[in-house]
Amino acid sequence: MTTNILEMLSITKTFPGVKALQNVTLAVGRGEVHAICGENGAGKSTLMKVLSGVYPFGTYEGDIVFENETMEFRDIRDSEAKGIVIIHQELALSPFLSIAENIFLNNEIKGAFGLIDWNKTNIEASKLLARVGLRENPTTKVRELGVGKQQLVEIAKALSKRVKLLILDEPTAALNDEDSDHLLDLILSLKGQNITSIIISHKLNEIKKISDTVTVIRDGKAIETIAKQDVTEERIIKDMVGRDLEHRYPDHTPHIGEEILRVENWTAYHPQDPTRIMVDNVNLNVKRGEIVGIAGLMGAGRTEFAMSLFGRSYGTRISGQVYKHGVEIKTRTVSEAIDNGLAYATEDRKFYGLNLIEDIKRNISMASLKKLERGGLVDDNKEYEVADGYRKSMNIKAPSVLSKVGKLSGGNQQKVVLSKWIYSDPDVLILDEPTRGIDVGAKYEIYTIINRLAAAGKGVIVISSELPELLGICDRIYAIAEGRITGELPIAEATPETLIKYMTMEKERA
Amino acid sequence: MSNLETKPSDDTAAGGRVNPVENKFTTALSHVLSDLGKNGIFIALVLVVVVFQVLTNGVLLRPQNVSNLIVQNGYILILAIGMVMVIVAGHIDLSVGSVAAFVGAVSGVFAVNMGLPWWLSIILSLLIGAVVGAWQGFWIAYVGIPAFIVTLAGMLIFRGLALVVLGNANIGSFPEEYRAIGNGFLTNVFGDLNVDPLTMGVAAIAIVALIVQSIRTRRGRQSYGQAVEPIGWFIGKLVLVSVVILLFAYALATFKGIPVTLIILAVLILIYGMVMGRSVFGRHIYAIGGNLHAAELSGIKTRNVTFWLFVNMGVLAALAGLVFTARLNLAGPKAGDGFELEAISAAFIGGAAVTGGVGTISGAIIGGLIIGVLNNGMSIMGIGIEWQQAVKGLVLLLAVAFDVYNKRRSGGR
Repeated sequence: MTTNILEMLSITKTFPGVKALQNVTLAVGRGEVHAICGENGAGKSTLMKVLSGVYPFGTYEGDIVFENETMEFRDIRDSEAKGIVIIHQELALSPFLSIAENIFLNNEIKGAFGLIDWNKTNIEASKLLARVGLRENPTTKVRELGVGKQQLVEIAKALSKRVKLLILDEPTAALNDEDSDHLLDLILSLKGQNITSIIISHKLNEIKKISDTVTVIRDGKAIETIAKQDVTEERIIKDMVGRDLEHRYPDHTPHIGEEILRVENWTAYHPQDPTRIMVDNVNLNVKRGEIVGIAGLMGAGRTEFAMSLFGRSYGTRISGQVYKHGVEIKTRTVSEAIDNGLAYATEDRKFYGLNLIEDIKRNISMASLKKLERGGLVDDNKEYEVADGYRKSMNIKAPSVLSKVGKLSGGNQQKVVLSKWIYSDPDVLILDEPTRGIDVGAKYEIYTIINRLAAAGKGVIVISSELPELLGICDRIYAIAEGRITGELPIAEATPETLIKYMTMEKERA
Repeated sequence: MSNLETKPSDDTAAGGRVNPVENKFTTALSHVLSDLGKNGIFIALVLVVVVFQVLTNGVLLRPQNVSNLIVQNGYILILAIGMVMVIVAGHIDLSVGSVAAFVGAVSGVFAVNMGLPWWLSIILSLLIGAVVGAWQGFWIAYVGIPAFIVTLAGMLIFRGLALVVLGNANIGSFPEEYRAIGNGFLTNVFGDLNVDPLTMGVAAIAIVALIVQSIRTRRGRQSYGQAVEPIGWFIGKLVLVSVVILLFAYALATFKGIPVTLIILAVLILIYGMVMGRSVFGRHIYAIGGNLHAAELSGIKTRNVTFWLFVNMGVLAALAGLVFTARLNLAGPKAGDGFELEAISAAFIGGAAVTGGVGTISGAIIGGLIIGVLNNGMSIMGIGIEWQQAVKGLVLLLAVAFDVYNKRRSGGR
């Protein structure tokens, strides 16, 4: 007998080509709040997916021991049956159903003839809502609730499944302070009801506040587990970033010239919730030949900034000024932004960047068809020649430029995206997570391309959540948190520790 | 953490695999096979023609019937051109039959009731088609209401307006020039001969133009170092197509000559083939249908493209309405009934993808011809309208099923 409710022993999870988890051991004591920290991509979510059966038994190595029994979960239903419930960052509620309907979704309370007993459903739902401290009518539609309340509905739903171990993946990421505080209090009160929680979070002060134990994961390995009395922010940060920055980045000798682009007082609000500020008075600039990084956690406003700047593709109530070579320019539509020498390669290649059913050639020409137009028609042959040139110079591995982009690997798709924007001949390129989902070899190639662009006199802005990447390739780094620029560091002064400090800097609390 | 959880890269699948040692014969063969695969729809048309030629004891390809095939299906083919463009962009238009009826009725008012000159009536009618298209395009592109809803509403609105304009009566007996667009032939320009020399001459010019254009394209590609098909297959295909054109022209020439509808169609196919295949506007349509977000973030003005697509569809629906009215010499309340379904079927049979981004003018035309041959062949055989409907439905289902299967096999999305 141990006092641990859960032990994950030597878990190793391999995806083709990537070791996502290596020999991770995690012990969670009964009735504690256990925090898991790590950078984006460290392996936290993968570990939780192994635990909850999203990756079924047999697809990983190692053992899961829950309540002193070895578990072999085939899917989420298996783990939920044992009382392990995971609440994902993106909430899994159906907006047009009521609170009660959502709580008992796929777990309906049935009465006579197998029909749903609505009275009992609503009464039970009310009891659960009281437990999570949510004063709402159970028949209210979920879409009428704010994110914070929706989170509480998720927890009520977990309680309805007689949860013993509750896993929360970045539960406060989308919440305001008041809702965050309420949620954290709730987690503590559940602890009093003997419900164990695992909380994945980036917010160090939050972790310090509620957790009994902290485990830090980095590069798919558990670095250490720290007991409450020994937890300090410095120690967690050191564990999170302490990796070597060997020769994963090509050499880059900057030749930085005059300022190309300057953005002043850039502000944008959430498109659905115009009171919520997403990009808060951002000021930044890029010089000729310079690679500028924007470091921020997911949801910090990095993509929101870039997309609102690039033809107002995100947000409402956008304000601020953009200057190119000191002259104010407008970027009200994407084509205006492109005409003014901006390019933006999106974070999500497949959904926002590429036409997967078309060939390489047509994807590369998509943003610059005007250049290929002759007498109203697109010059096919010239288009082929241009695309084939990029296939060679960017080393896009495909039999020909007539290959469909959907069949290429992530790295080669990214090279197509970059080719497309390079062909549009911009002065400033904004690259959002340019190496996400790409293997190490292709990453090196992408970094080389970025260096080449800078050497050619372009300004490059790289948005990334991987600090080593930014530290490895940038000349200057801005940190962004809660939509604000919280720090600006020349590369000589930038360290992972200082950056994380700025990236997790929260607004002054009243 | 998406870094580790997104599908890991599969560099091996992407290849870098250039063709291994090339054996001339096998590459030639594989080229022919892949060409046949791409032109599956064309082969389907040939099969359908052969089957009905046999089943109708040779009536199908008699000169008069060949001529009929074109004239009877002209308006569906005109609609199919606009429809495939709308479908490629990821939309649909259910209103074209009603719009055709409405414009037909309005043209009756212009040409018959008001006695305007035939050409003015036609121009005004086409303009009204453009206005109708702009109306629907406004709701779809700028307000953001799904095309399915807007054009479903349009289907009711314009059918209703057609009845209002007609006022419970048919409008009939159009001027002869007007009637020509549905019924006319370029006949006996060189006197009354057994084989019309004009038709054969036009066919000869068409063949020469085709050959010259094909060779120029091939030369152009070669000069840019692109792969081209084997010379044998290239010549073989040209010969085959030329023979088909000649036989088709001969059939027309021994009947009444070139139908005016065919001239209209030929012009439309040439123009719109160019638009979809080679113009910037066409590229934008494919880009929008393939990935709307990517198109937007590439600076394509997606709303404007959508708007003009529907304006275009409105004009083509109006034209189809004119051709149909001219053919019947009557603008009636039932005109255009079910046209939308035939046009949509034509586009899908012709290989357009339900999800958008894929489809060609030539495919839609061939799809329309397949439907036309089915209609015509079954009518000749005396098969009732009820079975005709069922068979056409089945063909549509099978065509799309084949398309879906094909895509899954080739590992598309």
